[in-house]
Amino acid sequence: MKKIEAILRPSALRSVLDALKTAGYPGITVTEVSGHGKQKGITESYRGQTVEGLLPKLLVTVVVPDTKVKKTTEKIIAAARTGEIGDGKIFISPVSNAIRIRTGESGDKTVQ
Amino acid sequence: MYSTSCFVRRTAAFTLSLLGLFTAAGAWAQDAVASAAPAAAAPTISAGDTAWVLASAALVMLMTPGLGLFYGGMVRQKNVLSTILQSFILVALIGVQWVVWGYSLAFGAGNAFWGDLNFMFLHGVTQANSPVTNIPHLAFVMYQAMFAIITPALISGAFAERIRFKAYIFFMLAWSTLVYDPVCHWVWHANGVFNKMGALDFAGGTVVHMTAGYSALVLCLLMGKRKGYGQENMVPHNMTMVLTGTGLLWFGWFGFNAGSALGANALAANAFMTTNTAAATATLSWCFLEALHRGKSSALGAASGAVAGLVAITPAAGFVDVTGALWIGLLVSPICYFFVVVIKQKFGYDDSLDAFGVHGVGGTFGAIMTGIFANPAVNPVGRGWLYGNPHQVVVQLYTVGATLLYSAALTAFLWIVFERLFGMRAVNKEEELGLDISQHGEEGYLI
Repeated sequence: MKKIEAILRPSALRSVLDALKTAGYPGITVTEVSGHGKQKGITESYRGQTVEGLLPKLLVTVVVPDTKVKKTTEKIIAAARTGEIGDGKIFISPVSNAIRIRTGESGDKTVQ
Repeated sequence: MYSTSCFVRRTAAFTLSLLGLFTAAGAWAQDAVASAAPAAAAPTISAGDTAWVLASAALVMLMTPGLGLFYGGMVRQKNVLSTILQSFILVALIGVQWVVWGYSLAFGAGNAFWGDLNFMFLHGVTQANSPVTNIPHLAFVMYQAMFAIITPALISGAFAERIRFKAYIFFMLAWSTLVYDPVCHWVWHANGVFNKMGALDFAGGTVVHMTAGYSALVLCLLMGKRKGYGQENMVPHNMTMVLTGTGLLWFGWFGFNAGSALGANALAANAFMTTNTAAATATLSWCFLEALHRGKSSALGAASGAVAGLVAITPAAGFVDVTGALWIGLLVSPICYFFVVVIKQKFGYDDSLDAFGVHGVGGTFGAIMTGIFANPAVNPVGRGWLYGNPHQVVVQLYTVGATLLYSAALTAFLWIVFERLFGMRAVNKEEELGLDISQHGEEGYLI
């Protein structure tokens, strides 16, 4: 199984969640994060003190079986892409195991 | 640090001496009430004036927690409680100090430089020896108390995020006694050296804003910058709190300035008008300047402009007319803006919340402008340069100079004493953790 981490604009959340739901993915974690890509963040100014601001973003994490990785990422991209700078990025990393706490089961069936 | 038995002994001794003080105070207070009762029936006390002064005292009291919010929003989240508490606790500390010895030291007859201890515990405070006869002497006492309370709170902006609470309490008690009370006497008591010279300070440009502002500068230089200043982001954590505080300050300031007429009359109405006008003009002035300089007007800029205008009109409110108010408001913002945005960056001192940049500079500017714009048609007591009395500016400058030097010198002296006794500056670990946790064991937000 793989962990798919998508850093998205906050405004993309609704459409990404809907897309994943219709595709039948059970579990999702959303974290509020801040950051920026190659294009720098906004500059804020407080009485002469300037700060390089970080932009608010959302980190959406789903863990899926290997067979579902391509379809999941395509769905996320389709829901989140606007074509403007700041659409975000997706990172995919391997997961060695997943365990359902309630039942103690492990393996691919816990993320299907 | 202390052993338990030592702690118990010290607490017992402290409690017993407090009980002794309060018992003595009780005996004296009876005296004051008994002798005040017949005087209160005297016909010269005006109900309208008394109502307005008491209401104004309450308005000024509200400014202190308002200041707490104004400053609190400007610091980082980990220091919000300590910042608000630094204002709030003074309502308590100076609230007691004032009735015990502060009022006496400021408004006792004394000599040209300080009062006396004859009014300690408000003993002997009667209508017969009241500085004003249209309101009860106690109304005057309590109105002045609120000024004594908020003045030291202004200083806290200079050393925000890096002072230890215990040291702060002792320092402020000493500062209020040794700086505020004498300067108040110099300017606002009939025997006071600058009062006799004809200095004009309607509601506290020198007594409040300059003493606080220059003491603030000295302290921020002596205490040093916040750890990480210049590298870490140190920006307001809650601008909504800053704006709420600003609103409360502006509201309370009507009590501060219009109440200083000590009567419900035309002079109070004038002070109300000049206060609002200067604040409004200064807000627009700052916003406009910031838009020119940085391309955008900010909420912090609007709030700063408003406060700068309110500070600058404070000495002038009951002496200038609408023209004076407009000019004061228009000009104070560029001056304070320059100090806050340019001078501070250039010289690199960490006046965290611009206590000097806004209160010190704004108060000085307002005091001098009073010497220029004081219109005898508004208040026959005051005639400024524009109305044929250039000497007034000289008197204002003497007062300004003396206040500046005295405040700075005493503050430096007190810092040396208390730094040695307590260590005023929070150490690295305390500062890193934040004062809320290190000084008070609390967090402002548990979201």
